[in-house]
Amino acid sequence: MLELVTVSLLNGIVYGLLLFMLSSGLTLIFSMMGVLNFAHASVFMVGAYFSYQLGRWVGFWPALVIAPLLCGLIGMAIERYGLSRVHSRGHVAEILFTFGLAYVIEELVTMGWGRNAVANNVPAAIDFPLFHVFGSTFPAYKGLMMAISVAIFAFLYIALKKTRIGLVIQAALTHPKMVSALGHDVPGVFVLVFAVGSGLAGLAGVIGGFMLLTQPTLAHAIGPIVFVVVVVGGLGSLAGALIASMLIGIVQTFAVAIDYSLLDLFRAAGIAVSRASPFYEVMAIKVATAAPIVPYLLLVLMLILRPRGLLGRREV
Amino acid sequence: MTNGVAAAAKLTASEAPNWRRERRLLAIAVAVLVVLPHVPGLNTDFGRSLLTQMGIAVVFALSFNQLYGQTGLLSFGHAVYFGLGGYAAIHVMRAINHGFPMPVFLVPLAGAAGGLLAGLLFGALTTRRAGTVFALISLGVGELVYAAAFMLPSVFGGEEGITASRTRAPVDFGVNMGSQLDVYYAVMAWVVVAVLAMYAFTRTPVGRMCNAVRDNPERAEFVGYSTPRVRFVAFAVAALFAGLAGGLHAINYEIVGAEAVGAPRSGTVLIMAYIGGASYFSGPILGAVAITWLSSSLSEYTSAWLLYLGIFFIGMILFAPSGLAGLLLMHRPIVRTRGMRCVLAAYAVALIPLVVTATGAVLAIEMAYRLATQPELGTRVRFVGTTVDAASPAPWIAAAVALLGGFALFRATWRVVASAWDRALAQAKA
Amino acid sequence: MSGRARRMVALGFAIGCLAASASADIKIAFIDPLSGGGAATGILAQKTHQFYIDGINAAGGLNGEKLVLLSYDNKVNPQESLIQLKRALDEGARYVVQGNGSGVALALTDAVQKYNERNPGKEVVYLNYAAVDPALTNEKCNFWHFRFDADADMKMAALTDVIARDTRIKRVYLINQDYSFGKAVAAAATKMLAEKRPDIKIVGDELHPLQKVNDFSPYVAKIKAAGADTVITGNWSNDMVLLIKAGKDAGMKVDWETYYGGSPGAVTAIGEAGVDTLKQVSEWHRNATPELDASVLAFSARYPGAENEYSYWRAKTMWEMFAAAARKAQSNEPVKVARAMEGMKMPTALGEVEMRADNHQLLQPLYVSTLSRNAKYDSEGTGLGWKTDAKVEAKATALPTTCKMDRPK
Repeated sequence: MLELVTVSLLNGIVYGLLLFMLSSGLTLIFSMMGVLNFAHASVFMVGAYFSYQLGRWVGFWPALVIAPLLCGLIGMAIERYGLSRVHSRGHVAEILFTFGLAYVIEELVTMGWGRNAVANNVPAAIDFPLFHVFGSTFPAYKGLMMAISVAIFAFLYIALKKTRIGLVIQAALTHPKMVSALGHDVPGVFVLVFAVGSGLAGLAGVIGGFMLLTQPTLAHAIGPIVFVVVVVGGLGSLAGALIASMLIGIVQTFAVAIDYSLLDLFRAAGIAVSRASPFYEVMAIKVATAAPIVPYLLLVLMLILRPRGLLGRREV
Repeated sequence: MTNGVAAAAKLTASEAPNWRRERRLLAIAVAVLVVLPHVPGLNTDFGRSLLTQMGIAVVFALSFNQLYGQTGLLSFGHAVYFGLGGYAAIHVMRAINHGFPMPVFLVPLAGAAGGLLAGLLFGALTTRRAGTVFALISLGVGELVYAAAFMLPSVFGGEEGITASRTRAPVDFGVNMGSQLDVYYAVMAWVVVAVLAMYAFTRTPVGRMCNAVRDNPERAEFVGYSTPRVRFVAFAVAALFAGLAGGLHAINYEIVGAEAVGAPRSGTVLIMAYIGGASYFSGPILGAVAITWLSSSLSEYTSAWLLYLGIFFIGMILFAPSGLAGLLLMHRPIVRTRGMRCVLAAYAVALIPLVVTATGAVLAIEMAYRLATQPELGTRVRFVGTTVDAASPAPWIAAAVALLGGFALFRATWRVVASAWDRALAQAKA
Repeated sequence: MSGRARRMVALGFAIGCLAASASADIKIAFIDPLSGGGAATGILAQKTHQFYIDGINAAGGLNGEKLVLLSYDNKVNPQESLIQLKRALDEGARYVVQGNGSGVALALTDAVQKYNERNPGKEVVYLNYAAVDPALTNEKCNFWHFRFDADADMKMAALTDVIARDTRIKRVYLINQDYSFGKAVAAAATKMLAEKRPDIKIVGDELHPLQKVNDFSPYVAKIKAAGADTVITGNWSNDMVLLIKAGKDAGMKVDWETYYGGSPGAVTAIGEAGVDTLKQVSEWHRNATPELDASVLAFSARYPGAENEYSYWRAKTMWEMFAAAARKAQSNEPVKVARAMEGMKMPTALGEVEMRADNHQLLQPLYVSTLSRNAKYDSEGTGLGWKTDAKVEAKATALPTTCKMDRPK
């Protein structure tokens, strides 16, 4: 039991930190610009593919640096040449633009690397057991991912709270027009934020690419959960995004381990439920089977009851 | 957005005393629909199947636009109501297979009922807010229902879905729904009814209030209407017709699976409505027909069709946000002037470099797709009658030249088109 | 765009023209995943079928007609498959080939039967090369469906025979995909282990969502916590590879008794950790015969690369039997070919195979094999290859059936 709890906790933290890596960029973009960037998970996927390709050409460690930079450039291009044209037409047009962009990126990736998953294997340099816990090994690449995640959090936190540009960004979050009136280059800041956000997504893609399978449907698989994290964490709050991603990562990982259902609860209380009763099937659902539903339930409830999110400073 | 209200207002002003014209249009449309499946080229099972699909898509897209174009609510989870309606319909069909005395062609009513119930349930929870919050909630609800679909196998059939037969029925009034032609007529009958009903709804006071709530919610409140309640009504109506479309889908395919409520289907209906033109009632009809045709036939010729669709969609967002309907109606003021011919001539001039650019782009994309996804078919790609070898640099250089050179020329022709338009508009005003 | 596109533009609705054009080819529709989680196996299967069809055409075709393979992507989705089936039928396909996903197979066999009832004279035959839910040749059997892969029960019988002889195995964990096939595997394992080795304890019976799980570490944690020494799984494609990968990452030491341990990428994912622990039950493996069959070598020459490693021996058997049936019937009409195929016995390189007339299940030899270091032919360039533990002769694989099919007159 203790083994299961410890290992599940570790796995949950790893998954949660992966989600945080991915959603840190989106939090930044969404909070600052109000743009629900559907293409964020697509940039994550592009980062995974770049790291695969660059890994084959120049090795893993250069790829770890170059791939996020390339993704940042892509983000800059998206904002500069695409999104900036639709800003004036309101949030709906922005959302639709990034929505279409997600389709296009998925197809471009297919055009480049095919429909099959590419052999994006863990590079030998980090494919060794870091430590043992209860007989299970904890691979080094997961440790690297955790370290990078924490570093991202620290970097963003310091950048936003302690630097000048960070102050401007924070101000533009709640009072963009005033900040612009004070003479700051808000559109330029937007481009910077989009580029950094996309770069972070690319960095997440480098590691995420070999934790998950690198294939064109990767963006679809992980995209929706990232929105949940950003919304549940709350706009403008990095700490909120961290808490939300850890919450979702741990809850989902633990949920898989729980094979009990409402039926078991009733049985424990001494109430027998017959197969013929109308909600038998619902009550027989094991927590493990219901796990995929939890994040979305959280999202819907949060939006209905507390649109601000856990630690948000502004409503969505 | 105000275009829609203005356009609708213009429609009302010119048509209110002229019901005869509307009835004549309706009669022509119905006649066309009756004759269409017998037209050579469409009188095959495939053609009729395609037309049926288009009909279903039209109802679905119109129901989506009731939310988006008419009431300003962007939903990323509209397929939920389509799918839940479909599930309701297929369960009723199963009951019919086991002896329930209802003719199969009334099954879409069950679909509509299913959609309505789901709409009432989810609408009550989600229509308090609009804008981005509503969009996110709809996304969440969509994913939620999709995930839940796998948890209740007796209702949703799990991975296998739920099947039924449209021909095994105790009561059918002589209409055996075996052939695709029968299905076509049954579906089209419902499509006509649904389109008329939705159009009529937009003319009712509450339908008008939906437009008002879309344009200026605060002002609508001041007029005395509760904005959340108006949105709720729009939501319920949209869900009802989406469920109806789901019921038609159940009849056509005799299976409903979890993808009926999935995110890709929600995305597709959004693209249909937007590309068609969300600010016009007939926009989604155009969009549904165009996208259904594209996704069905384009995918035969190229595996890159989703890419073309995505680029087309983005292009519309950037350059033609009023959609296909908007592009067509844009010509209304100049249609009867002499300037129209100049404009058409200008279009023809601009078309040539456009075709060259497109050819270059398509060639490059097709070659890249072949190399990446089907390398075992070799590197020789068939393209517009000739064969090119994707492994040699020549076709790539040709594609690049066509793309860049064509685009440069195309840009030059914009001036020609603009001046032709200016002249035509001036003539129209005169 | 292809030359066909020009005709379309010229005639406006050339789609109809395609259907209306008379063609002397037999169109065969391949409906399987070509994108998404099942793409690896679907694309490999497509290449294999195309390879054997090309072989038949090169030898002169069948009864004077050539075979044409039309491919449709169904993303392992039953509803999508029926949409693609409609398209295939409208384009003139008379034979449907499918295998990846029993959920799809169940929907297809039902749809094919409905279509054949409603369109007498235009019947189609469904050749199932890999969907192994036993229901397809039992309660859901029909005359138009032929299965060329041993069903889940037959495979489990072979696997449990080998497990029964291994006295080290004491605690078994079942993990499968949550759909008809996965549930069939779990049910068969539970039943047969209870019969053959009542002392074995089944310490877990897990069903996970089909092709949705990205990270199997939580499941691996459960398996370890249950103290299992053996894992039985029917997972295929991505689900197999990711499960094995998670198991290896966590350093889990169990015996893997699998149906699809030979899924593209699985051997690479497990590597050395799989030696003597990864086992599979299949109709063939690279070391089943002392020398590799000529068609396997020809396939590898045409499609080089680890992701194209030959795997579908049953496709060879299927097309050989199909060609033999067409020649015996002296016609390519589906009804006649189906009648000729029922009950047909055919010699193959691995032994005689028989297509049962009572439920249209093919009986062929089955191999239970283990990954090992000293195999003559390795898999996926890893230096590790499969070694036969046991071979079950074709006739011995037969199981009783509940099939009662209506035959056309």
